[in-house]
Amino acid sequence: MTELTKRNKSILSVIVCAVFLAAVYIGDMLVPPTSGMRMLFTVLEKGSVYALVAVSMNLLNGFTGLFSLGQAGFMLIGAYIYAIFSIPTAMRDSVYQYFEGGLIKFSVTENLGNALGTVMGDFGVMLGEHIGMIFLMLCAGILTAGVAALIGLPVLRLKSDYLAIATLGFAEILRAFFQWKAAGPITNSSNLLRSYTTYETPLFPVIAAGLCIAFIVLLINSSYGRAFKAIRDDEIAAEAMGVNLFKHKQMSFIISSFFAGLGGALLAMFQSSVASTPFTSNMTYEILLIVVIGGIGSVTGSIIGAYLFVACSEWWLRGLDSGAFLGISAGFMRPGFRKVVFAVIIMCIVLFYSRGIMGNKEFSWEGLVGFFKRIFSGKKKTSEKNHKTNTDKEKEAR
Amino acid sequence: MLSIKGLHVYYGGIHALRGIDLDVPDGQIISLIGANGAGKSTTLKSIMAMVPKTEGTVMWNDKNITNVHTREVVGQGIVLCPEGRRVFPDLTVEENLRIGAYLRKDKDGIQKDKDWVYELFPRMKEREWQLAGTLSGGEQQMLAVGRALMSKPKLLMLDEPSLGLAPLVIRDIFAIIKEIKAAGVNVLLIEQNAKAALEISDFAYVMETGTITMSGVGKDLLNDERVKKAYLGE
Repeated sequence: MTELTKRNKSILSVIVCAVFLAAVYIGDMLVPPTSGMRMLFTVLEKGSVYALVAVSMNLLNGFTGLFSLGQAGFMLIGAYIYAIFSIPTAMRDSVYQYFEGGLIKFSVTENLGNALGTVMGDFGVMLGEHIGMIFLMLCAGILTAGVAALIGLPVLRLKSDYLAIATLGFAEILRAFFQWKAAGPITNSSNLLRSYTTYETPLFPVIAAGLCIAFIVLLINSSYGRAFKAIRDDEIAAEAMGVNLFKHKQMSFIISSFFAGLGGALLAMFQSSVASTPFTSNMTYEILLIVVIGGIGSVTGSIIGAYLFVACSEWWLRGLDSGAFLGISAGFMRPGFRKVVFAVIIMCIVLFYSRGIMGNKEFSWEGLVGFFKRIFSGKKKTSEKNHKTNTDKEKEAR
Repeated sequence: MLSIKGLHVYYGGIHALRGIDLDVPDGQIISLIGANGAGKSTTLKSIMAMVPKTEGTVMWNDKNITNVHTREVVGQGIVLCPEGRRVFPDLTVEENLRIGAYLRKDKDGIQKDKDWVYELFPRMKEREWQLAGTLSGGEQQMLAVGRALMSKPKLLMLDEPSLGLAPLVIRDIFAIIKEIKAAGVNVLLIEQNAKAALEISDFAYVMETGTITMSGVGKDLLNDERVKKAYLGE
């Protein structure tokens, strides 16, 4: 096999990404709304959102070694902030019907769209709305990060299980707060928020999540990332090397929450309606499941895990509930049977890939080529050889 | 030079250090020997501000560093190579060394020191891209020393570098400690392997239950009857 140079690899990566995005764009236009293949785009959209949140959780749990279970709570903040500030003014009376139209009387996306629309017409409306969406997503992230900074002050003094319990508790408190009747004029209490601006093409969540994940990867490979990993491996040694433990834990927690909030905003767009009920600890466990199945400490693993999880739970295994799966129909295939099969699949993955699908390795072109070579030649490489290619690739990555 | 006066440390109700006076002059290897639980590691950790001091002062080149953070102690040029090696197992050898230089910003200097560490430990150069957790015990100890050196210390404190290593490896490590001293780094060494430590040290302190009971030139202590009986097993 000819060795790929670093430059060629970057070119290859860019081409693959461009082709993928083009395929999504064209596919989205070609596939009619009634086709069963529409599920592909649903999975792509929701999978991207989950991938972003899973990677943000992996930054905290896998790279910094802080076992935190607050992700759903942070997503909730992000989702609400996005939804609250982008409901068009005309819709507010019907959305906030129990709270006399709510307290907030403006919509960032609508106002920006109108403002640019007067200058540039229809294109201006679209441009303004998108700028508003991106602005609101960033606001959602920043506000979530702010809340996380406050929660982090007491919580990050705890370790392992205690940290998990405390973050879980805070996430539930957040959810309870958003359902609180007194907060209703802003949060609409436990009623749905809907009719807000969302994206039109599946490219939007894919690109947004991709950019965020790219940022996290850059962070992990920076000197901050090294300090995070050092804290994960050995706190005492890291401290003895002069690493400021609290500062770095706080930083990791805040950045992770920033992207969880941003992911929440994307999820709100994907669902096109938001209520606080689904943001329970169950959602955190789903994301934790993705992180563990993908491989704790592997960004690639989290991404693969997210798409697989969403594809299984939303699409591939749906037939098991409706009574017909791969042409088989049986009486025991009743609603809920999907979950039984899903649990078995997860157990198999955990049994045979005890460190997750990717372990703590990352994607590389050499790894991919090696993977296919192994499949087609039908013989297994020794683990030693495997290790060598892995270290070589790390060397080249620098 | 480092100078400690009247240092007291408590662990809850346990009085672990009961008034330690200790000096590390420039250009010397100083060792601290004693049995388990004598307070040797506690002394080093309290210098690093990793355990709180109750009483006493720590002076470093006429600067009071009694009440500063660990990272500031490291910034001042004092580094601890902790007991039991404590390398970062899921980081590569190279990344471990880079974490050692965490507080430094001079890229060229870091590269130079990395080359120096690789010169001291050629084995580390060979294993540059290997995860530190896959190294042997002796190699991990070398990495731990190399990592500590990456902070460009003026005082290197080694906590039991020979712990759990084969005699041949111990000999290598002690030879390298001498080389480090020759490069202008002061060394404060804690050892249970008293013989090896006393042979290379310029001055030594003997600790027992939180106090210093004896001190003297390394070679003299080696011939002292009480030291021989208690720590050298002769």
